[in-house]
Amino acid sequence: MKAALFATCLGDQFYADACADAVRLLRYAGVDVDVPQSQTCCGQPAYNAGRKPEAIRMAYQTLDTFDSADYVVLPSGSCAGMIRCFYPDLMNNELERAQDLAARTYELSHFLVEVLGIRDLGSGLKGKRIAYHHSCHALRELGVCDHPISLLKNCGAEVVSWEADEECCGFGGLFSAKLPEVSAAMADRKLDTLPGVDFVTSTDGGCLLQLSGRGDRHRLSVQFRHLASVLWEGVGL
Amino acid sequence: MSFSGPKHYRVESAKSLKDRPSVRASVTSATDTFNANRSDAYSQIDSDLWRDWARDVKSHALTNLDQYLEQAETQLLANGAKVHWADTAHDALRLLEEIVRDHGISTAVKAKSMLSEELGINEHLEDLGVHVRETDLGEYIIQLIGEPPSHIVGPAIHRSLEDCQRLFHEKFGTPLDDGPDALAATAREALREEFLAADLGISGGNFLVAETGTVALIENEGNIRLSTSLPRVHIALVGIEKIVPRLEDVSGFVQLTSRAATGQPIGNFFSLIQGPKRDGDIDGPEEVHVILVDNGRTRLLADDKAWEALRCVRCGACLNICPVYRQTGGHPYGWTYSGPIGAIIAPGMLGIEEAMPLPYASSLCGACVDECPVRIPIPELLLHWREKAVEKGLTSAIESAGIKAYTKAAERPAIFRAAGAMLRHIPLEAGGRALPILSDWVKERSAPKSSKKSFMQQWKEGIE
Repeated sequence: MKAALFATCLGDQFYADACADAVRLLRYAGVDVDVPQSQTCCGQPAYNAGRKPEAIRMAYQTLDTFDSADYVVLPSGSCAGMIRCFYPDLMNNELERAQDLAARTYELSHFLVEVLGIRDLGSGLKGKRIAYHHSCHALRELGVCDHPISLLKNCGAEVVSWEADEECCGFGGLFSAKLPEVSAAMADRKLDTLPGVDFVTSTDGGCLLQLSGRGDRHRLSVQFRHLASVLWEGVGL
Repeated sequence: MSFSGPKHYRVESAKSLKDRPSVRASVTSATDTFNANRSDAYSQIDSDLWRDWARDVKSHALTNLDQYLEQAETQLLANGAKVHWADTAHDALRLLEEIVRDHGISTAVKAKSMLSEELGINEHLEDLGVHVRETDLGEYIIQLIGEPPSHIVGPAIHRSLEDCQRLFHEKFGTPLDDGPDALAATAREALREEFLAADLGISGGNFLVAETGTVALIENEGNIRLSTSLPRVHIALVGIEKIVPRLEDVSGFVQLTSRAATGQPIGNFFSLIQGPKRDGDIDGPEEVHVILVDNGRTRLLADDKAWEALRCVRCGACLNICPVYRQTGGHPYGWTYSGPIGAIIAPGMLGIEEAMPLPYASSLCGACVDECPVRIPIPELLLHWREKAVEKGLTSAIESAGIKAYTKAAERPAIFRAAGAMLRHIPLEAGGRALPILSDWVKERSAPKSSKKSFMQQWKEGIE
């Protein structure tokens, strides 16, 4: 099985170690991983800002990059959602290619469970209490809900219930900079309701930047870790 | 206090969070209850099927609006009601004024109506010397305080029990520890006198049935029933988008709207108003006036995408689930309709220039779509208005230049990587304040920490 990893712009810069863990995880699962060098950004920041022409240009860049990959795997529900849900509408004159790419594109945990059929990775998370934050786009655009949680649990972790686990963290890309006060209050709602855990994890670096940045401002000691790294730890090698 | 327009949204939302933390607490707690009740109520029915049906009926009605409105007018006239058409808020106020003058009206009771808030009915009537009393408990509270509503269904949602206890203590001398039931009883007693004295009752209309000319109203407190049946004149203000084709449709909509709004199978009171008191009727108004209001609705209808927002039944579910709305309640949005629905109808009804920055007052989390009883594609429409805002040059020049430069780089992977490498050498916590976008980010949070080596670099060097 061959798959291309799309590290995403945020992943490449801020969650590089998690992207590397995603490579390790995929290789461990028997996947021949490629990282096409022309990958940059899926275009979501422009798309969400209302700048379709720019989003389309980045979408084409991405489409060309991953044209020949069997699967495209992203350590991000948000960018995977962009490709799966919005590319076909953006690229009318390449509709078939866009639809084809959309169908081959997966968020990491989604790929592990749905495509590779993995249930158990190992037992490296035994005794860990983990809170899982549902990234809005993983949850609502991709329907990624039980996939990461079952993987975490099967690695021995206790995934504790969290009242606000499905609520938005307030990141929203440019939203967090355009309306920083409301955005921070949204993060506070998450942090205020957070149960006592060893760490918080999520599919998306954007959410983690937001939650950890706000948590740090409040001097919280809890860690925020990317799902790819947590699952790699779960393998327990 | 009255609304000053959406343009101060950022300042007002920040102010609310900083200066009035009790607002956030009250709104969060009340919407938690709304959400739990709605979720439970949806789970008792095949809500997907109901919502598909509701979407289709509303879309059909809106696509044939002219025909159904004419049918409704004919039926209303046949029922003995008087029908007026108001293109603008100004027209509606003028019509109201005529009715008030013709009937020598000095006191009015009002049933809860967001349209009346949109039109500024209370201020206008007071200017005319008419004593106006809101009779919905939440509306009554905020009228006493002097505030506009901050939620479509729960206008006083931003107020805590303590706020109300203090208010009633000041106004009526009630004990400061009176519970909700005692406070409601106090209000009820005060309102009874007002109902009996009023010459005019003003209501909105949840639905207007084309087939029968029926104005349908859902409520819980009985104040709408009283407002529309006790005074000698009843005026129903109805937005033209409230039309449904058949009486039978109302049966579905009253249930779905109740479930979406408050989680009830049906509101406690449900009124179907056919016209004035007929011979032999014991009660009811001598005259019923229905004012059909456009005020920007046809402008919204003309938009090839955003017209879908006119399906809205004003249940407030999108507000309750919206994590943005929940931090501040409705006041910072600066006009009558707040939350996700407000953000998508404001640009159509007021014009995009007037509505800024509301299309951006969303993280696009998509939680609202799953709750909307008439399946309005809210995030899609937010994006639609953002595109219009960009086209009209209403967003910042720095953002525009930034995204253009970013796009150019993204099309050239080598440049993109070089730029990324440079970014990693800027100490973001210290240097962030000087950078656009990041300066706003670090106001509220610690700066993001760049990885020591980018992933692409790690890949090049080999990942073990």
